[in-house]
Amino acid sequence: MIQTIGIWVAAFLTLCIFSFLYKDNPFYKFAEHLFVGVSAGYWAMYSWYNVLLPNLGRPLFIEHELILLIPFILGIMMLLRLFPKIGWISRWPLAFIVGMTSGYYLVTFLQTNALEQARATIVPLQNINNIILVIGVITGLFYFFFSTEHKKAVGVMARIGRMFLMVAFGASFGYTVMARISLLIGRFYFLLGDWLRLL
Amino acid sequence: MKRQIPLIITFIVGIVMVVQYFIPRQPFAGLFDTFNRWFLIIAVFALLLGLMNLVRLHANKLRRRNKGWGYSVVLLGGLVATIFTGAKWGIGTGTPFNYIFVNIQQPMGATMFALLAFFIASASFRAFRARNIDATLLLVAAIIVMLGRVPIGNILWNKLPLIADWIMTYPNTAGQRAIMIGIALGTVSYSLRVILGIERTYLGGE
Repeated sequence: MIQTIGIWVAAFLTLCIFSFLYKDNPFYKFAEHLFVGVSAGYWAMYSWYNVLLPNLGRPLFIEHELILLIPFILGIMMLLRLFPKIGWISRWPLAFIVGMTSGYYLVTFLQTNALEQARATIVPLQNINNIILVIGVITGLFYFFFSTEHKKAVGVMARIGRMFLMVAFGASFGYTVMARISLLIGRFYFLLGDWLRLL
Repeated sequence: MKRQIPLIITFIVGIVMVVQYFIPRQPFAGLFDTFNRWFLIIAVFALLLGLMNLVRLHANKLRRRNKGWGYSVVLLGGLVATIFTGAKWGIGTGTPFNYIFVNIQQPMGATMFALLAFFIASASFRAFRARNIDATLLLVAAIIVMLGRVPIGNILWNKLPLIADWIMTYPNTAGQRAIMIGIALGTVSYSLRVILGIERTYLGGE
């Protein structure tokens, strides 16, 4: 019984969201606001049980790991953002987050995105596929090189690079469309199968 | 005090994160784990800040009876119900919290993303006009990849899936790789500017 009610609620909310295809309407707004509220509550409880309790609650208040007072105080300082007069205090925890993210990304992006990708591009030019790959990467980088005006040889390289980028964007677009269509099929499968039992 | 201390914190934490990568031994390896744990804790407080802001915004809307205040009731009701069930019965399988997730949050999330299929279709109708060579390349690549991934593509021409795979493996990889290297170089330079205190926009005004 409780399972059936759940399916009916899910079907009703699914149809509420699909109603936006006609136009913005109260059913869609209802579902949209409910979605925001439930999602916020979900992530709050998820973070409470999976992050805050094991990393701060138990270690600090039961095992007395006093070093954890530092992130706890920084976290409280973050909440002071809600009070305009002392909101500047929230810059301290923000600075920690920004510093950590910057330092971490600096090395990981350099390692995985720049060096590894460059290394993977250094391949023997013994077949047409490898030649296309190398030309595509080099000319694509020329397109992003703005220190020199895109004229003459640089302009030609950038032009070819733009063509490769267009193919990449087209392929990504097609891939994204297919992923979204899969989700849409999933929702129709739910409506026609689980709810109406027509499948 | 208002700007100098945050800049010092950013510098020290940023440098430690860089150094620990090159010297993965104590005390730097330990500092990475410690900072990572602190980061997670502070990130939850940032989430809490967003939550409190959301509640304040909709509570004000409700109190002033602004237009559409009824939807704020729905939002706050959903929020309170989810938090209450999670706090009282936990978040494991078979709990009321899980019931809300499976029957409300998950279907609505999937439908929201599925809805994008229609908007992508209408956007592609406008974008896929073969006005010039760039738009034509975009159009051809997208159509081949889309047709190559569904059974009808194989029925139309059995080489289509192979061509789609080839596009994904070579020209697409080349383009994506150029973008990734560009992003990496941009991220490295921006991170350096932040750590060295040249880039200060994240501190806001005053």
